[in-house]
Amino acid sequence: MSAEGDLIQRILAGETELFHDLIRPCERMVYLTALSMMKDEAEAEDATQEAMLKAYRALRSFQGEAKFSTWLVAITLNECRRKLRIAKRATFESLDEGGTEYEGEFTPAVLTDWREVPLEALERKEIRQAVVAAVGELPPIYRQVFTLRDIEELDVRETAEVLGLSANVVKVRLHRARLLLQKRLAPILKAARTGRRRFFWWSTT
Amino acid sequence: MRLKCEHVWNYISDYIDGSVDAQLRDEIEKHLEHCEICTAVLDSTRNILVLTADERTFELPVGFSERLHARLAEELVGHTAGGDADSSAEL
Repeated sequence: MSAEGDLIQRILAGETELFHDLIRPCERMVYLTALSMMKDEAEAEDATQEAMLKAYRALRSFQGEAKFSTWLVAITLNECRRKLRIAKRATFESLDEGGTEYEGEFTPAVLTDWREVPLEALERKEIRQAVVAAVGELPPIYRQVFTLRDIEELDVRETAEVLGLSANVVKVRLHRARLLLQKRLAPILKAARTGRRRFFWWSTT
Repeated sequence: MRLKCEHVWNYISDYIDGSVDAQLRDEIEKHLEHCEICTAVLDSTRNILVLTADERTFELPVGFSERLHARLAEELVGHTAGGDADSSAEL
């Protein structure tokens, strides 16, 4: 039995405190899943807590067919959908699994004179903040798939499973999400490189 | 066959994930050898994916973990883990 499976058996046998250890590696994944649905940090945190409590109460029903983390993500998505239904926000921001695909062109930003962006520029705080903002502004159906695939690094099959989508729809939405982010962020990355060179020039005169 | 830029863009995501077939991959790579535009698209997209996968980009709120475990501790006292069907995920 895996270490994870062993922990689960011990928790079910009464060593309830071990649940803390079981979920610790999954905290970030669960929170980011909730954030991709709720957008608001406080609501995402609340949904994370609720999802973890529900996972505890339902632990006996975990069959071990999926990874525990994937099971947690599925519970989190259900909890967020429940909260959104209550808040009637689903009317404004469709999170339905079927989800209407967005019409229009999905083309990248075409940049001339592109040069490799140095690591130091990528690590600047304002670049990271721009990335967070851009992901937050993706249409929900793309944001969910992007979060699961490219932030939490679930594979296509797992992403399709927890979202109730086909693998092909996951791939299409991921492609579109990446292009939308490239269009939004590539000019900022390019400017960051240019800015760094200017800063370097100033700092040497 | 010589690919157009638009055709390369359609497969940029699958190319990054390594899920295009060998023939298409070769065609894309031949195109990239002489196309600065598509090289920039590919390079910038990869930069963005590196950033989004970096744990420092999406950080947990300050005190998040402490609040989560405090709330769990309240539940764990006196409640055994169960098989609440309503709470389970359909997997």
